[in-house]
Amino acid sequence: MRLVVNGIARQVEAEGDMPLLWVLRDILGLHGVKYGCGIAQCGACTVWLGAQAVRSCQTLLRDVDQPVTTIEGLGRPGALHPVQQAWVAHKVAQCGYCQSGQIMQAAALLAQTPEPTDAQIDDAMQGNLCRCGTYPRIRAAIHAAAAAMKAG
Amino acid sequence: MARSAKIARRSFLIGSALVAGGLAFGYWRFVTPGPNPLRVGLGPDQATLNPYVILAPGGVTVIAPRAAMGQGAQSALAMLLAEEMDLDWETLRVIHGPPSDVYYNGAATAEALPFAPTDHSLLARGAREAGQVAAKFLGLQLTGGSSSIPDGFDKMRRAGAAARAVLLQAAARRTGLQPEVLKTAGSAVILPDGTRLRYVDLIPEARSIAPPQDPPLKPREAWRLIGRRVLRKGIEARSTGTERYGIDMVLPGMVFATVRRNPHLGAGVRRLDMSKAAAARGVHKVMPVRGGYAVVADNTWRAFQAADLVQVDWAPATYPADSAAMFAEVAGSFTEARRDSRLKDEGDVEAALSAPGAEVIEAEYRAPYLAHAPLEPMNATAWLRDGALTIWAGCQVPLYAASAAARAAGIPADRVSLHVLPMGGSFGRRLEDDFIAQAAEVAAAMPGVPVKMTWSREEDMTHDFCRPLAMARGRGRVGRGRIEALDLAIAAPSTTASQMGRLGLPSMGPDTAIVAGAWDQPLAIEALRITGYRVPEMAPVSSWRSVGASVNGFFHEGFIDELLQAAGADPLQARLRMITDAPSRKVLEAVGEMSSWGAPLPAGWGRGLAFTLSFGVPVAEVVDVEQTDQGLSIRRAFVAADLGVVVDPVTTQSQMQGGLIWGLGHAMGAEITFARGAIEQRNFDSYPFLRISQCPEIHTRALEVGDRVHGIGEPCVPPAAPALAAAIFRATGKRLREMPFSRQVDFA
Repeated sequence: MRLVVNGIARQVEAEGDMPLLWVLRDILGLHGVKYGCGIAQCGACTVWLGAQAVRSCQTLLRDVDQPVTTIEGLGRPGALHPVQQAWVAHKVAQCGYCQSGQIMQAAALLAQTPEPTDAQIDDAMQGNLCRCGTYPRIRAAIHAAAAAMKAG
Repeated sequence: MARSAKIARRSFLIGSALVAGGLAFGYWRFVTPGPNPLRVGLGPDQATLNPYVILAPGGVTVIAPRAAMGQGAQSALAMLLAEEMDLDWETLRVIHGPPSDVYYNGAATAEALPFAPTDHSLLARGAREAGQVAAKFLGLQLTGGSSSIPDGFDKMRRAGAAARAVLLQAAARRTGLQPEVLKTAGSAVILPDGTRLRYVDLIPEARSIAPPQDPPLKPREAWRLIGRRVLRKGIEARSTGTERYGIDMVLPGMVFATVRRNPHLGAGVRRLDMSKAAAARGVHKVMPVRGGYAVVADNTWRAFQAADLVQVDWAPATYPADSAAMFAEVAGSFTEARRDSRLKDEGDVEAALSAPGAEVIEAEYRAPYLAHAPLEPMNATAWLRDGALTIWAGCQVPLYAASAAARAAGIPADRVSLHVLPMGGSFGRRLEDDFIAQAAEVAAAMPGVPVKMTWSREEDMTHDFCRPLAMARGRGRVGRGRIEALDLAIAAPSTTASQMGRLGLPSMGPDTAIVAGAWDQPLAIEALRITGYRVPEMAPVSSWRSVGASVNGFFHEGFIDELLQAAGADPLQARLRMITDAPSRKVLEAVGEMSSWGAPLPAGWGRGLAFTLSFGVPVAEVVDVEQTDQGLSIRRAFVAADLGVVVDPVTTQSQMQGGLIWGLGHAMGAEITFARGAIEQRNFDSYPFLRISQCPEIHTRALEVGDRVHGIGEPCVPPAAPALAAAIFRATGKRLREMPFSRQVDFA
């Protein structure tokens, strides 16, 4: 099966019912995408399908009909996406395991809602679990990223 | 002190008999510094100045030999060393380094001693010293107990100062100048004319200079890094998906495994039919392992799928089958035969409570089992090559884990090397090495092939070593606006005995964890008695963030709030009157000021206060809740703590926020229950945790009042649940005496 991941076309030989999460991690070697629960309860596996943030653990390979963007495609050390810049500036991460998913969810939110309120942030981000409790910094970083992106 | 010395001696005797091979013990190790493990594999162009510093042409590497699990200890330890060595923070690299008994944790045993953290008597200080000796004997390289900073505060600074002294001498040799005229800054020696000699350019001279044993340390007023808001190491990697956790390990020709063990914890396997799984697509091997079976496949998902195809008949559990029977066992443990400790017994409690006309207030409290459930499920990668086993895994006890892996693989311990990787949370879970032994067992059956073993979330949650369930029975009397008598009895299984048992070590004497956070509080009450009762082990239990204090903070402060309510006393003013410790008083005053204590709240709101001193850190928390149409909403929280010294203010604030959230989130809705011998909760849908939409606005203040430095990974957990319960009581009139609170109230 043919996939476009982070702008690159990839050929994958796997079952159609294999979750995209495991295709990305174990076949394509994109380890920024994380396994946390496997049942769409934690959001650690969040990627974009087109412009939509989805749980890759619940997205079957045969249903992937749009380009996939993972955290590796959003930005990288030295060339950070504005959301990642805000995450670094606000020192959000503790263990960091959930942060790929948090960042992908937050970037999708800001693409649709450039200046979200706290309530909109809560609504968009409540599917992303953080056991370390980085929520206060996540809120602050999203507001900062929104301001930075508005300023261009 | 005699008791602690006895613990040290016995632990040493048994430990040395148990842990063979690579962990050789001897008296010499206590009197001489251990060898520098960094000399192994050092390049010809590199130098190691002591077990904490490597110089290479590419830069300076600092060894921070504690687990990176999100608590930020590695970065803070590196700050301590960098302060004294005058390293450039931006360019230095921090690694965990090789497991070694040189990196023993001398502060890890302090919390287990029968002395309150506020006890500075000769006897208490002697016991803490004895704990250091025991840790050194045992080669106890352990991350936990909020001990990384207290253990490393002097060690890391001395290592940095010694390394700096070597480099000054190296520069003096190079230039012919006297060391006294040289300065250091930004990872370089500065000559009187301003010329910079980079540390890494001094490697040839530095290699042959012995570091001083007892270098002087900077006075506090000269610190330029400690206490500064620096960018914590690892932040950029953790914001770009480029941090490599254990679960991300990749090796050439690697295969992917998963393990399923008997959900009746600790029990064996009666019958196993692996034929269907063995025939599944992509499966390389299905094999029995201790207490279960492993499936090895060409990717993790196929291993998970095939593991479901194995037909298995599990042996039954050896403990009570369900939570009701387990709580019955706890309730039946308040007996003389099971009395474990009475570390606090002041005044005449019996007389105070049986005096004619005394109105005795009684209450019973409960706390459930809880899982650690770090977001990264347990995993380990193991590779057996030419009789030597290499392991990559997240781990809090690397030397013990390496021994366990050696036993599981059937090879000598000196043939195992373990690389400790960053962890997606741990909260105490990786103080256990069960998953590392499993990976070793599987790898030993596939010589030459690297095996990455990953648990499913369901396997992780149903095979945790939980925080024990517990109960408390309180009796008290109030009068004249204060608490006149308090008698608190706590019953719980012993985490220490359960953990030591798995290490093959006996546990001696009472387990302070059963009463921690209750017996050792700096409160003066005329008649005060705290008694611990030990419940039989039942399901295996372990240390869970803040350990005994995580339940006892709730029991003790919850009941005190009830008594103060009955006495008609203000929760803050009454505590300020009872408090006996100066730093504790300061945090109470701070939280009062931060929260504008006493100012009116909006209608429908309730405010609760709680205070717990644990791991040497007094913490006061105020929580505000609002009763809304959707349920209770936690609106604001205020946290004040005294650390003595705040090494890393950014991480300190994160831990204060995270500790509070951890305490609130579990108290609200989390519990582990048993049915038919197995844990019922299998994933985050049935084991909920606080979401961002439930997260209050949090205000923190870290004080530097006390004269000893402390860690902050755990102490902010215990007061959260009782502060929330007190707030809910004030908002609703409902007194919550059982966690999780969602059994009795609804949260928005």
